[in-house]
Amino acid sequence: MNSLTRRKFLKIGATSVGVAAAGRYLYDLPGVAQAIERGAGDEDVQTIPTYCDICFWKCGVIAHVAGGKLWKLEGNPADPLSNGRLCPRGTGGVGAHYDPDRLRAPLLRKSVRGQEEWIEVTWGEALDFIAGKMQSIKSQYGPEAMALFSHGIGGNFLKHTLKAYGSPNIAAPSFAQCRGPRDVGFRLTFGEDVSSPERTDIRNAKCIVLIGSHLGENMHNTQVQEFAEAIEQGATVIVADPRYSVAASKAKYYLPVKPGTDLALLLAWMNVIVTEQLYDAEYIAAHGFGFEQFAAEILHNTPEWAYPLTGVEPALIRESARDMARFRPATLIHPGRHVNWYGDDAQRSRAIALLNALLGSWGRKGGFYYPANMDLPGYPYPPYPKSDKGKVDNPDHKYPFAHETITTGIREATLTGTPYPIKGWMVYATNLLQALPNEAETIRAIQKLDLLVVVDVIPSEIAGWADVVLPESVYLERFDDLNVEWFRDPFISIRQPVVKSPDDQQPNWWIARELALRLGLADYYPWQDIEEYFRFRLAAGGYNYEELKEQGILRGDRQPIYFDEGVPAEFGTPSGKIEFYSLQLAEHGFDPVPRFTPPPEPPPGYFRLLFGRAPVHSFSRTHTNRVLMDMMNENEVWVNADVAARLGLKSGDRVKLKNEDGVISNSIKVKATERIRTDCVYLVHGFGHTAKGMRHARGRGASDSQLITRYVVDPLMGGTGMNVNFVTIESEG
Amino acid sequence: MPELTSTRMNPLLDPALHIWGWEIPVYLFLGGLVAGMMLISGYLIFSGRYRERTQCACYQVPTISLLLLTLGMLALFLDLEHKGFTWRLYTTFELTSPMSWGAWILLLVYPAIAVLLLLRAPDAWGAKWHGWLRPVLVWSSTLRENPSAVRAIGVLNMLLGGMLGMYTGVLLSAVGARPLWNSAILWLLFLVSGASSAAALVHMIAQDRDERELLAKADNGFLVLELFVIALYLIGLVSSTSAHQQAASLLLSGTYAPVFWVFVVMAGILLPLIVQILAVQHKVKHTAIPPLLVLFGGLVLRFVIVYAGQTSHWIPVTAAALR
Amino acid sequence: MARFGMVIDTRKCVGCMDCVVACKTENRVPEGYNRDWIVTEVGGKFPTLNMEIRSERCNHCDHPPCVHCCPTGASHVHDLGGVVLVTHNECIGCKACLAACPYDARFIHPEGYADKCTFCIHRVEQGQLPACVAVCPTHCMYFGDLEDPNSDVSRLLATRQHHSVMPEAGTAPQIFYLT
Repeated sequence: MNSLTRRKFLKIGATSVGVAAAGRYLYDLPGVAQAIERGAGDEDVQTIPTYCDICFWKCGVIAHVAGGKLWKLEGNPADPLSNGRLCPRGTGGVGAHYDPDRLRAPLLRKSVRGQEEWIEVTWGEALDFIAGKMQSIKSQYGPEAMALFSHGIGGNFLKHTLKAYGSPNIAAPSFAQCRGPRDVGFRLTFGEDVSSPERTDIRNAKCIVLIGSHLGENMHNTQVQEFAEAIEQGATVIVADPRYSVAASKAKYYLPVKPGTDLALLLAWMNVIVTEQLYDAEYIAAHGFGFEQFAAEILHNTPEWAYPLTGVEPALIRESARDMARFRPATLIHPGRHVNWYGDDAQRSRAIALLNALLGSWGRKGGFYYPANMDLPGYPYPPYPKSDKGKVDNPDHKYPFAHETITTGIREATLTGTPYPIKGWMVYATNLLQALPNEAETIRAIQKLDLLVVVDVIPSEIAGWADVVLPESVYLERFDDLNVEWFRDPFISIRQPVVKSPDDQQPNWWIARELALRLGLADYYPWQDIEEYFRFRLAAGGYNYEELKEQGILRGDRQPIYFDEGVPAEFGTPSGKIEFYSLQLAEHGFDPVPRFTPPPEPPPGYFRLLFGRAPVHSFSRTHTNRVLMDMMNENEVWVNADVAARLGLKSGDRVKLKNEDGVISNSIKVKATERIRTDCVYLVHGFGHTAKGMRHARGRGASDSQLITRYVVDPLMGGTGMNVNFVTIESEG
Repeated sequence: MPELTSTRMNPLLDPALHIWGWEIPVYLFLGGLVAGMMLISGYLIFSGRYRERTQCACYQVPTISLLLLTLGMLALFLDLEHKGFTWRLYTTFELTSPMSWGAWILLLVYPAIAVLLLLRAPDAWGAKWHGWLRPVLVWSSTLRENPSAVRAIGVLNMLLGGMLGMYTGVLLSAVGARPLWNSAILWLLFLVSGASSAAALVHMIAQDRDERELLAKADNGFLVLELFVIALYLIGLVSSTSAHQQAASLLLSGTYAPVFWVFVVMAGILLPLIVQILAVQHKVKHTAIPPLLVLFGGLVLRFVIVYAGQTSHWIPVTAAALR
Repeated sequence: MARFGMVIDTRKCVGCMDCVVACKTENRVPEGYNRDWIVTEVGGKFPTLNMEIRSERCNHCDHPPCVHCCPTGASHVHDLGGVVLVTHNECIGCKACLAACPYDARFIHPEGYADKCTFCIHRVEQGQLPACVAVCPTHCMYFGDLEDPNSDVSRLLATRQHHSVMPEAGTAPQIFYLT
């Protein structure tokens, strides 16, 4: 590159930067023009490491602060999750700090619930109010009557406070509404979860199978990075999806599977691999349990059997199955993440686990590795009080394989008062109204409560129903718990403030601590300040806090992660082996080998409602972020081009969706496309906000959640299958 | 056809280019009109007619030209988005930029018209001129005594008028990105249209009968020529690339076809042409209606070309598919 | 002399728009405006489809009509790398360049001047990659000197099939898409 003359440099400055701002900027940043002109590394630009919170992936961030104001966010090159490259949401995290719609002060409800009419109060008033209510709930109903719904690492201290208070009812929608069935399916088979970040060795996979997982649109940073890396290295990609996803466009085989029939396809794939003896016989002989019974069970699940069910041609099933076997054990059938679809989800996930087991990919390079961590000791708190009532969500172990708390179980208990009443909800960073199926049921449950507290950064729908809303600092303005990650490379990372909160927001650790003090739980918060807590824990682990603060990340030595490298091939199942045939399932009256039952068909004129993710948004939580809303400010309903033509619709036309229960969506634009089957419609989750405070997002696009009035509960683990709603398309005007 | 979607959403560009509003067509029309008037007045001066006629149109035209040109420039100025930097036009001359040529031509056009105006000064305001303006009058009187200088002024006006008229077309035709404009004949269309509009206007306001007749005849000529150029323009587009064909279809059968055929071709050219042919044959009376129609047609032509041109594109981006 | 260009591997690109977000924050592109964007082109009939996803921006053309038509010289080709730039305080906002660009890559900044991708020349001058390239989680974007046969971009163009967008517009675009 040429060396730079002074004159040239000045010209560039004037050219690319411009001077004083008059236009509508995303954020006002007077210091930055000069900072850019002088370039990065200038002493005016401060760089501070932290980790991201726009989703739960927790990528390492280097925040650039110019003249005391947040300028931009880049990936931390030392971070193995991001490898120095954030996803669009992480890069756009700037908009969370500058969000003009964010919560600014504690709010106390003024009129009836859901009216979103508030009185601004001080933190002291708000916390006193909550503590008072919680004490009266405790004395009247016991501490178990208070439940916490929490999402993400930010909730750790609130969880701690609630546990100290005596409640065992702490749940996250990530189990029963998201990844639960997958973890149960894999536990039943391998005795272990897939965990998060998923232990998928995508980078080294030679064949990647995605079934209902739209990697790329689903922007889990490390996975997408490794997916692209694998594609570059020539990996064979096989995609089964009712929609021609981004991943499908990278695939050698695209299987346009009929929604609801994935299990049939999985069984047919396994049938091919078993009958053609393409499986890893040695691996199965060494680690498998009940293979013979399994093989006998799936003998009838031929591709020809699957064809009328799935709509996927037998030849396509055979060829793709053979390709999977060709690359084993470096063939990864991705377990997906959001897998609550039809109520048979744990069994479907188990089928995915079994297909992986057949190919010997668990514990092998290019399959599923064994994650490692830095083993940092926790803080030595006094033991939590024991509840004799037990958890409320799963009475009599109705769902025998639920190993986490079921959110919808707590909702059910709140509604019915059995097995015991729930009188208070605390909701942290999860918009329950969009996260749980059947909004009306959630609202009915809320009406049974004596107290609903919402801690959040934005005035979401659930905040609108709260009695008290506590405004949390955005992740860029606060410390959070240390992230001691289980990953391919072990590491510890820190979230620390890079800028100040603009108003009266507080970090969750402070909120949790102040509440605990008011509840008389001071023993559980022996530290005054979170940095004291960090110092203590890190010192206990033999690490230096200052070093972590400066680098954002402390990395540990790479440990063995495959069987080949010395990871012991031990499985936490009853048999201690990979269970092709599950006796514990049989014991509870379930199919020991998954069996397929076709789901109900849409009535004539109806389409199955499918939903998914967009790379620029997280759940329903990023729709006030102006940077990200500039990327995508409404969702569209995908309608097959031929269907659209038949209905007289073209792209851009506005329609409303109406479900079987008569619920009508917001107005939404049609995307008439070849990229979807004729029997379903698709929309990106998280749009169609109704909360008054979400000024920028309100009324943009339609909400799938609103239309998900029906759900089928997974009998194994209580997950809510949500792709069971059918809609008609109502033309507007 | 492939399904094409774009995430871009920039104002004035998406879903379709619309960077120029009413200001530019109005400016192009007025510029063309003034160009035509310069041709006419330049010719009248050059030919020496002004000496035979006490009420030569060449005496009124420059005043109107200056007024219209100033209005046009005002429209142009209104269109600029960074008005404070307009002076930057005159710190450089950009050889490849028609806009730069135009800026400089306009700078020359003003004095050329002004000189034309001054030729009449002794007659019009002679008695009233006094004080410091006196020397101008003296200079002007001297100038009038020099026939070759007067002829040169006529030629200068015709030349600059021609350049002004052509440049308004080149301004658009140089834009390769918009197939409808990207025709090498557009300058001729705008020049001829400018000339016909000017002839119509002068014909309407001329006080001298012979001149009125002469301009009506000239206008008829220009109108016939304009029809011919429009035909060639469309043939040129249709026989070019598919992008150009698509662009032509905007005028032939698309969104802009009704306006183009009804207001530009029928009402703006054919109808006034027929009436004016009858008028010069003294079969009907001269009225202001045909020239007004010609002027109106000329204005609509600029609107149609500017607006339709902005929707013509190399990529068939489906507007509805945009976000 | 260097000639900067970009090569984008459409096989790796997932259209996540990180390039757009990074451009926006790096260059403080105002709300509602984009210097780069994603185009998705789908061909075929369900389920036999093909799809190309492209991260698009100013092509920094070898024959830049936006520069030729500029009446003040505000639009210019930069000495280094042939990058097409706009000097804000020379631009009068006449929009001729917007009309002239077959890619619609330029827009009028709320302050009145024509704005567009600069290839992040302020970063490039410092030895950094353009923000969009540096951020791309799929590593599908490459930036470098097309005249240096050993650069990533040259090697990719020499070994992989590629195309540019609308070469028929005749502007010699300098962003290439690997297929």
